[in-house]
Amino acid sequence: MNTMIFLSSSIGKKVAMSLSAFFLISFLLLHVAINLLSVVSAEMYNEASHFMGTNPIIQFVMQPILIFGVLFHFTMGFVLEFQNKSARPIKYEMKKEKGNSSWISRNMIYSGLVILAFLGLHFYDFWIPEIKYKYIDLQAPDKHRYFAELVHKFEDPMRVGFYAISFILLMMHLLHGFQSAFQSLGVNNKFTPGIKKMAWAFSVAVPLAFVFIALFHHLKHYIQMLNNHI
Amino acid sequence: MDLKLKIWRQKNAAAKGKIVDYDISEVSSDMSFLEMLDVLNKELTEKGDEPVSFDHDCREGICGSCSLQINGRPHGPDGGITTCQLHMRKFKNGDSIVIEPFRAKAFPIVKDLIIDRSAFDRVQHAGAFISVNTSGNTQDANATPINKGNADHAFDAASCIGCGACVAACKNASAMLFVAAKVSQYALLPQGQVEREMRVTNMVSQMDEEGFGACTNTGACEAECPKGISITNIARMNREFIGSNLKS
Amino acid sequence: MKIGANFPAETPEGPIEDKWTSYKNKIDLVNPANKRLIDIIVVGTGLAGGSAAASLAELGYNVKAFCFQDSPRRAHSIAAQGGINASKNYMGDGDSDYRLFYDTVKGGDYRAREENVYRLAEVSGNIIDQCVAQGVPFARDYGGLLDNRSFGGVLVSRTFYAKGQTGQQLLLGAYSAMNRQIARGKIKMYNRHEMMDLVIVDGKARGIIAKNLITGELERHSAHAVVIASGGYGNVFYLSTNAMGSNVSAAWKIHRKGAWFANPCFTQIHPTCIPVSGDHQSKLTLMSESLRNDGRIWVPAKEKDVKAIRSGTLKPTAIAEADRDYFLERRYPAFGNLVPRDVASRAAKERCDAGFGVNATGEAVYLDFAAAVIRYGKEKALVTHQDATNEALVLELGREIIATKYGNLFQMYEKIVDENPYETPMMIYPAVHYTMGGVWVDYDLMTTIPGCYAIGEANFSEHGANRLGASALMQGLADGYFVLPYTIGNYLAKDIRTGAIPVDTPEFAAAEKGVQEQLERFINNKGSKPVDYFHKKLGKIMWDKVGMSRNGKDLKEAVEEIQAIRDEFYKEVKVPGDLEGFNEELAKAGRVADFLELGELFAKDALNRKESCGGHFREEHQTPEGEAKRDKAFQYVAAWEHNGAPRDANLHKEMLDYKYIEVKERSYK
Repeated sequence: MNTMIFLSSSIGKKVAMSLSAFFLISFLLLHVAINLLSVVSAEMYNEASHFMGTNPIIQFVMQPILIFGVLFHFTMGFVLEFQNKSARPIKYEMKKEKGNSSWISRNMIYSGLVILAFLGLHFYDFWIPEIKYKYIDLQAPDKHRYFAELVHKFEDPMRVGFYAISFILLMMHLLHGFQSAFQSLGVNNKFTPGIKKMAWAFSVAVPLAFVFIALFHHLKHYIQMLNNHI
Repeated sequence: MDLKLKIWRQKNAAAKGKIVDYDISEVSSDMSFLEMLDVLNKELTEKGDEPVSFDHDCREGICGSCSLQINGRPHGPDGGITTCQLHMRKFKNGDSIVIEPFRAKAFPIVKDLIIDRSAFDRVQHAGAFISVNTSGNTQDANATPINKGNADHAFDAASCIGCGACVAACKNASAMLFVAAKVSQYALLPQGQVEREMRVTNMVSQMDEEGFGACTNTGACEAECPKGISITNIARMNREFIGSNLKS
Repeated sequence: MKIGANFPAETPEGPIEDKWTSYKNKIDLVNPANKRLIDIIVVGTGLAGGSAAASLAELGYNVKAFCFQDSPRRAHSIAAQGGINASKNYMGDGDSDYRLFYDTVKGGDYRAREENVYRLAEVSGNIIDQCVAQGVPFARDYGGLLDNRSFGGVLVSRTFYAKGQTGQQLLLGAYSAMNRQIARGKIKMYNRHEMMDLVIVDGKARGIIAKNLITGELERHSAHAVVIASGGYGNVFYLSTNAMGSNVSAAWKIHRKGAWFANPCFTQIHPTCIPVSGDHQSKLTLMSESLRNDGRIWVPAKEKDVKAIRSGTLKPTAIAEADRDYFLERRYPAFGNLVPRDVASRAAKERCDAGFGVNATGEAVYLDFAAAVIRYGKEKALVTHQDATNEALVLELGREIIATKYGNLFQMYEKIVDENPYETPMMIYPAVHYTMGGVWVDYDLMTTIPGCYAIGEANFSEHGANRLGASALMQGLADGYFVLPYTIGNYLAKDIRTGAIPVDTPEFAAAEKGVQEQLERFINNKGSKPVDYFHKKLGKIMWDKVGMSRNGKDLKEAVEEIQAIRDEFYKEVKVPGDLEGFNEELAKAGRVADFLELGELFAKDALNRKESCGGHFREEHQTPEGEAKRDKAFQYVAAWEHNGAPRDANLHKEMLDYKYIEVKERSYK
């Protein structure tokens, strides 16, 4: 198979979108699992974060792949959006798409853009300080710093608000994207109703879990503040 | 009933088009949509104006010629039919109706509401056939039994009338449903197996070359298809395409 | 004049079942290298033209194919619903080539050429093999084998089908074969092109003048042979089940250039169409003949009920069984609702003419499924061990069964008429559907112009005076796939040294000039009436006086009246727009001009044929019971030679001699 020829085709691009999506979805699952630990116990969360932050395979193999995956998914998304838009240079005078397709499915580019903006913030919040900490300042690994950093980030209500909105948009992105990735890979058979249910459950549960974690820490902080006042 | 029509008028492919308003009165609810346009055209001709050009032929929903975007939907507000099967009883007195051609880069306008769908033909030239000569000594039709399920699915895919509503409805002006229907028909039949890989590769490549968009699985094509062709066919084409590329 | 074909047609020696084989063994062949030097024009890309273009290109000829639609796939063959006959005998019910031949000749009321019909039956099986090999998805049973069903007028099941879309699937099959040749460059496709005239050089058909419908330009195209596959002329009636663009022009142009036109008055009126709803009607919609398997046709027996129904005070379902007239069952107890098309149509017209029509226009009869619903419902209730005395349940189960059999037709009816046919009987009325007449051809399918062929519905065909259901698709594909590709070689074998035909000759220039003049005449005419005005007027005369039943007085009047409309047309027609660019009205004007001539010849032919046979019913020639009365003296094909005005056409008779079939009275009582 010639990958470049494959990727130059419309279907090839869609397949690449799906595969990168699946990769990002699996990452999302891992991410939410670790984050959930922060609700259960600071200890466990630190443990897991430390492993993720220091394991060479994760750091030097998985992390670049992840970054590539993110960039690829976004770039390809933009390329496709551009091509798709140019396939209809003259717009309709009147459009009635409500009856034939969902708003979510037609506006993946917008939910995607919000997610991209969020990722920018996320990198700014976590990833850049992390890289700085480890590879620029060359500080010694501290197994116990992760939980405190996390809690600290969720103190700002604005940030929590933006965080929550981003995850609602991620939910929308996933609601169409997850099940749609199966279709792009050619999976549409007797299992499809089940796949759609599973994808729906995942798309709702995972973003909600992220939002829950943020709110949990924020509220905990808020209650502590109130307690301190009293 | 009396209606206000807003119709796209464009002299030829090179000219600039615009929406022109027309009033039409005493439209009977038993008329078909195209018969309503016939009446408009009769009035225009008698007045010395040029009638509105639109594609139409069989007027019974099978030739696939008619191709109007009516009030924002391919083939209008009713489901499961072509423009020629739409009747005026779906509208009410005083309604305003916007009539446009199907829009896509790959479907340039010929005149007014007529579009050039030869892109579909070229996609079919690229591989929508089984290479068998007419000899009179082909093997007997019953020599290879075909599973009824596959035969029925092949028929469902083959019932595509090539009208282009899928392209018109798709936000990406993608022709995936049309091409997938053709690819599926052959992929499901034993006769289609020999040229299977070449067919899907060539047809998809021609489809892309024509300037159609990619599929983003919104399902609009399936919802607007007058023949109810399912997007499971698109999944099948994706499979065929991936499989064909993996093998090559 | 010098004519191309032998008239009357010469057929090969030997017994009928060996004729085609011996013909194929003896004809001249063109060697593959020489085929590359020969061009063939095919006008029309339906089942006949599409299959011919593909097969000729496969053989190696350079084919130029023309269609007025935007793609060959839109030809009106696509609208055929029911099926295609073939004598495969897959059902083991005793079918054979001979039986198919026999049924077709008898169904055509003994007005078809024996040898051609036998050849048709002989190749019918090949068609199915070919189509399956192309990937046509015919209906299959659970064992994976092809399914067959039965059609009107025959005693075996030999009809292959693809739901109610057989024509579509076969046409797309032929189109797929074309695609392959277009991809190879062996067919050059001219979409949105209309043939405007035939060009004859040294007495041979050598090209056409075509109009590019998008640019309006006239083009000269040359070839060594020209094949006309432009379909039938049902639209001479204005309202018919034909497509809006279906026209006689290609056939008529060659007629004017010397091709004789045979049996124009043989037209099929299909009994189950949706009735006309008003003056705005642009075309009629056919409902498959298969509906007559379960539907019972009736009108009220009492005139007062008819009045009440028309005024809307009485519902048909409220009319008691005793007050209904199931006129087909009454008149034809043996075949009942399944009599052939011509018989069913005339019987409906007879009732409506007598004042029993059930809609506002008085031209509709009921097709009622109530009895079938109850019959199926009871059966289903019994089989599934439910209460067969529960009326609501029986109705529900019955409707489900009817829906699986005819669901798409019922839905189509409801969309058009806005009445639910599950609850109230359908209304139907006969409509023009198919034309058996057409360009006269010999055994080789060559017209009287050397090098000019006519195939499919465009020729006068194998259907005689009435076509059986599911036979049109068979004939179109037989001509295109299996007959013409052989017979045309016999002619072209003499043309291998000719070389390319130049188009810069006086013959092409003259033909183009004639076309240009007519187009200019239309555009510059200072008339006031649109083309459709004249077409509708012609259609009304055709329907009223040359329609389902005809008489000498009406026909004479029709000839006069059509002539008068034609004169008015040239004075009063108004064609908007320009010569350049897409101009549908201009295209229509040309087509209606030809219909206005054909209509006259049609009436003249009907007047000449002083007998009743098949679709042609002369009121003067009927039995005391009102059935068609054939006359041995008219056992011929009436081939008309153009001679100025249509009324002045010269008649040539091809006597029909039946050696292999006994000519019998056609009775369905």
